[in-house]
Amino acid sequence: MLELLHHIAMTAWATVFDVAPIAAILVFFQAAVIRRVPPNPSRIAIGFLYVLIGLTLFLVGLQTALFPLGETMAQQLTDPEFIGGDALKGIVNWKDYAWVYAFAAAIGFATTVAEPSLIAVALKAEQISGGAINAWGLRIAVAIGVAVGVSLGAYREVSGTPLHWYIIAGYVVVIIQTLWASKFIIALAYDSGGVTTSTVTVPVVTALGLGLASTIPGRSPLLDGFGLIAFASLFPIMAVLAYANIADWVQARKRKRDQETDQAGDKETSL
Amino acid sequence: MGEFLKTAKGLARLLLGAGRDLAPIVVVIAFFQIVVIQQPFPNLSQILIGTILVVLGLAFFVRGLEMGLFPLGEAMAQAFAKKGSVLWLMAFAFALGFGTTVAEPALIAVAAEAAKTVAEGGLIARDEETLGHYAYGLRMTVALSVGLAIVIGVLRIIKGWPIQYVIIAGYMGVVILTFFAPPEIVGIAYDSGGVTTSTITVPLVTALGVGLATSIRGRNPMTDGFGLIAFASLTPMMFVMVYGMVY
Repeated sequence: MLELLHHIAMTAWATVFDVAPIAAILVFFQAAVIRRVPPNPSRIAIGFLYVLIGLTLFLVGLQTALFPLGETMAQQLTDPEFIGGDALKGIVNWKDYAWVYAFAAAIGFATTVAEPSLIAVALKAEQISGGAINAWGLRIAVAIGVAVGVSLGAYREVSGTPLHWYIIAGYVVVIIQTLWASKFIIALAYDSGGVTTSTVTVPVVTALGLGLASTIPGRSPLLDGFGLIAFASLFPIMAVLAYANIADWVQARKRKRDQETDQAGDKETSL
Repeated sequence: MGEFLKTAKGLARLLLGAGRDLAPIVVVIAFFQIVVIQQPFPNLSQILIGTILVVLGLAFFVRGLEMGLFPLGEAMAQAFAKKGSVLWLMAFAFALGFGTTVAEPALIAVAAEAAKTVAEGGLIARDEETLGHYAYGLRMTVALSVGLAIVIGVLRIIKGWPIQYVIIAGYMGVVILTFFAPPEIVGIAYDSGGVTTSTITVPLVTALGVGLATSIRGRNPMTDGFGLIAFASLTPMMFVMVYGMVY
């Protein structure tokens, strides 16, 4: 218990230290440039305090419960002993790593759903769109994107294929999707790439990448351990654009059908 | 605590939401631990305490967002729009981008890792001083690129440029640089885009963009207000590759 309190105090101190530069910038511009007190200053101050308390408890909780477990799991799942098959003989056969891909997808999805930055952006999007964008739906779309991305990234690491071809191909897909997407969603979709990889996702996904690179024969954790985060920040863009593409398509179809039934109804009344 | 505990119902709603957010992680970890790896949980009580802390933390964070970060970001955006000084707005945008990134713990960790990788590849000497110098330079480069990204993003909101053209131009920049940058740095560069945007930066920057787009006539908060984060995760990729080429 004492250890836990010590951990909380240390994390709180570190969080205050992280927030200090931001607070300094905000206070400086507020006092020197805007020269006006924002509305409800005490409420804002309490809000900041809550954010600090929230982040501190959140980080301590993750560090005591989830990170150690997630990291050991990533190591155990990538261990040649567990993978069996050709891995024991030092040969990499990408088909032996099925559980790794499954874990990558599942943990990518799960950590993204709990990502505080994404919660923030989704709340804002729901509020501005007047409910047309559902915060929970958006977060699920993003999480599916991360799941596919991290899983594919794990496959890339196992197969040893060059990272940049995947990313370039991803860019081409995003550009094509952008041409078809409604203007309404594009900016939000692009933003969702950056916000997904934050407090929860980065440590767990990095552990997975390093675990893979250090256990696969012939890979160096330093040279090959990177790249999973890049996948995790590219694929949500595609997922959100796809979500919008599909929603548009469904709505257009529905409108067409409604029109047809309307016309049919008109005919009936005219008869 | 008064505001937080205003109604027991509100608190219950927040805690339930946080519990729902965390449920997938618990399910995934339990499934892989029990079914796939087939091992018992080490320190079950510690895991329980940790999970409760995470749920409480998320609830506080979301309440704090609604009370503090969002209103402040929007109030400042509106004040800048009313003041009408583009120069000060740009200075604020740069300071926010640079200041929030330079001290970001995830970035400090990645920069140190990157220096080791590059040394492994034989591009720089392997002594402590060179490594530290390289990592510091990289951190400053990334922070500078995020500052610049927010400036460009704010300029885009003011001018009303469609976001896709700017982003596609950025993608092209990334692709072209990939073929010229040393291969050791490419993976780090790609990853650096994701790690720069911290949990406190995101709500503030989002509120700034949305607030600006709401206050400037002819801009739509949905199409113009978002996009700042997208820039902030694209420019570091380019700047890190350039850093790798120049250093």
